[in-house]
Amino acid sequence: MERRIYLDHAATTSMIPAARTAWLEQSQQSGNPSSLHSSGRERRRVVEEARESIAASLGTRPSSVVFTSGGTEADNLAVKGLYWSALRSRGASRIAASSVEHHAVLDPIIWLEEAQGAAVTWLGVDAVGRVDPAEVAELVADASTIALVSVMWANNEIGTVQPVHRIAEICRAAGVPFHTDAVQALGHLPMDLGSLAADAVTITSHKIGGPFGIGALLVDAGIQATPVLHGGGQEREIRSGTVDAPAAAGFAVAVEHAVQGQQARARQLVTLREELITGIVNAVPDAIINGDRGIGAQERLPGNVHVSFPGCEGDLLLMLLDAAGIDCSTGSACTAGVPEPSHVLIALGRDEAGARSSLRFSLSESTTPEDVAAVVAVIPGAVERARRAGAPASRVG
Amino acid sequence: MRVIATMSGGVDSSVAAARLVDAGHDVVGVHLALSKAAAASGRSKGCCTLDDARDARRVADLLGIPFYVWDLSDRFRAEVIDDFIDEYRRGRTPNPCVRCNERIKFAAVLDRALAMGFDAVASGHYAQVIDGPHGPELHRGIDPTKDQSYVLGVLDRDQLACTLLPLGGDRKEVIRDEAESRGLLVARKPDSHDICFIPDGDTAGFLATHVGAAPGAVVDAESGEVLGTHADAHAFTIGQRRGLDLRSPAPDGAPRYVVDVDIDTSTVRVGRAELLDVDRLEGEHLTWTGEPVGEEARPVGVQVRAHAAAVPASLRVTAGRALVDLLEPIRGLAPGQTAVFYDGDRVIGSATVDTTHRQGSA
Repeated sequence: MERRIYLDHAATTSMIPAARTAWLEQSQQSGNPSSLHSSGRERRRVVEEARESIAASLGTRPSSVVFTSGGTEADNLAVKGLYWSALRSRGASRIAASSVEHHAVLDPIIWLEEAQGAAVTWLGVDAVGRVDPAEVAELVADASTIALVSVMWANNEIGTVQPVHRIAEICRAAGVPFHTDAVQALGHLPMDLGSLAADAVTITSHKIGGPFGIGALLVDAGIQATPVLHGGGQEREIRSGTVDAPAAAGFAVAVEHAVQGQQARARQLVTLREELITGIVNAVPDAIINGDRGIGAQERLPGNVHVSFPGCEGDLLLMLLDAAGIDCSTGSACTAGVPEPSHVLIALGRDEAGARSSLRFSLSESTTPEDVAAVVAVIPGAVERARRAGAPASRVG
Repeated sequence: MRVIATMSGGVDSSVAAARLVDAGHDVVGVHLALSKAAAASGRSKGCCTLDDARDARRVADLLGIPFYVWDLSDRFRAEVIDDFIDEYRRGRTPNPCVRCNERIKFAAVLDRALAMGFDAVASGHYAQVIDGPHGPELHRGIDPTKDQSYVLGVLDRDQLACTLLPLGGDRKEVIRDEAESRGLLVARKPDSHDICFIPDGDTAGFLATHVGAAPGAVVDAESGEVLGTHADAHAFTIGQRRGLDLRSPAPDGAPRYVVDVDIDTSTVRVGRAELLDVDRLEGEHLTWTGEPVGEEARPVGVQVRAHAAAVPASLRVTAGRALVDLLEPIRGLAPGQTAVFYDGDRVIGSATVDTTHRQGSA
């Protein structure tokens, strides 16, 4: 296969060698971490060391780390678990979340609303996709009815960083549980959970160079979360199921790498990101950069470039770039290959055609200036072709 | 050539794509998402369900070609489904597959492919594109039981010049065996027969929902006697025999057929089979796959449905209208049907029937 330029690291990124080594080593061992015999104890030790390592990397307690199968399960556990607990303990039945959440948060909320009668408040966003903490403050003034508030740390599509510290403090002061989906933020933004007043934080392994199939909900032992999965009572009885010890070992190594290298990586990625943005805008002057145009790493994920090309269908652009050896994304959820227009861009006030005209490039530390230059060189031709392909056909009247 | 292979997930389009790869073309597989309703129903009889998209994707995996789903459902709704409903509302009998080839597969898809730098669009239809002295010609597939040249008869010469049909020179059994020997998982998948946007096959139910029921009388076409009532005039098409539910049999015991549907009065007229015989037809909306025919009458074969023999006829064109004298009558022909004109096995062109003349009538 020809060398490809992979700019879809927000979808998944390859395993870092140290994580692969840890994962491979443990995959050659046997034993169930819940077993009481020697093999089981050895296995349990691996899981507990991974738990301690992740907690230490993120500034939280080992008891707060609840392993899950990944980000989607952790988000489901947070939303449903916190909602059910709040409903049962204090009769609170309203969920508030931003309108730009990932589907792993969005869809459980919609399900709770439709199937279980939850009340929902969708927090609006401004033109760059950011929630206003004042709106949260206003909402939680009536704290007794609010089961939880969920606002993602950074948006997976347009890269906008949310004021999660402010929102978390507002919720904590009001006594309302706060969850944040930090899947995209981990490794790209400074993350010290000791300084964040959140009750539940979602992270996942494969987005930061760890193995697939494992993630965690970081949730304090004092927080009640009703389980989604019932069974053997593992993970503080919040999440039953045998913990994947090799994956946990690899995950822990990846988290450590993500946190330790964050600042240097962010500097490198911001430079590449700005090169790519400048190159695209110079090549296609009417291209629209979505999200926050602040040039630092605090406002926008360092490796995120999200662009709308008016008059183009993102699908066709993706196909043309794919043929040119470049992997990127339309950034929107996709079932059976038929993408729906992005709810994030719709929340920004775009129409359906505008929402469909976008591409997301997500960079990593493996991305080079040559990769960026190659993309910039290919884009004008691809945009021109996609525009022609999207124009109403002359023969069809 | 750079080729878009349309891949429905069925046997035919899968083998077509495989043959193009073997021939050394630069092939990209595209599955057309045409009907959101069919996809949501999850039924696998139509041509655009989730299972079919998955099957197509797995074939593309095996062939090692890029694969995408193109969502043309809005276009399909406007050009094919709404047209289908409108035509029935006007009391006509459209062929949605013809319409889809004309407006979607070899128009919207082809235009998009060409704009994106591709040279041609391929499909798994059983028909042949053959180089002739005046450019590419469209011929019947060699398997008479599978020939699909009729549903491609609406293509014009520009469209045909960018169309690849790799299967038309073989019989269906050969294609199935080839799919099997290539290890394609779809080799034994049944053929699809239904209209893809009506996956349960209940066309009458679909029309009742979308057109609205038009109840009325069932009348003897010759005597004018009212024989009964019906629930919905749209559910009847000329030549239909079933579903009439007449209490009294014909005096001579002969079966009775729908010979006319008057959509303005919701009257369904029935009568003897002989009343269905058409000896002259007129058509509008002409397309030419070969040399256009003019004022001078020329002998042609005329085919009016996908699986019927062509009948010998004389065709001339006046003021953009096709005037066709049939040398043998066609039994049961409704306005809205597509008439495809042949010279032997070669497609010349097509027209949409808007007027029919019955034998013996003026």
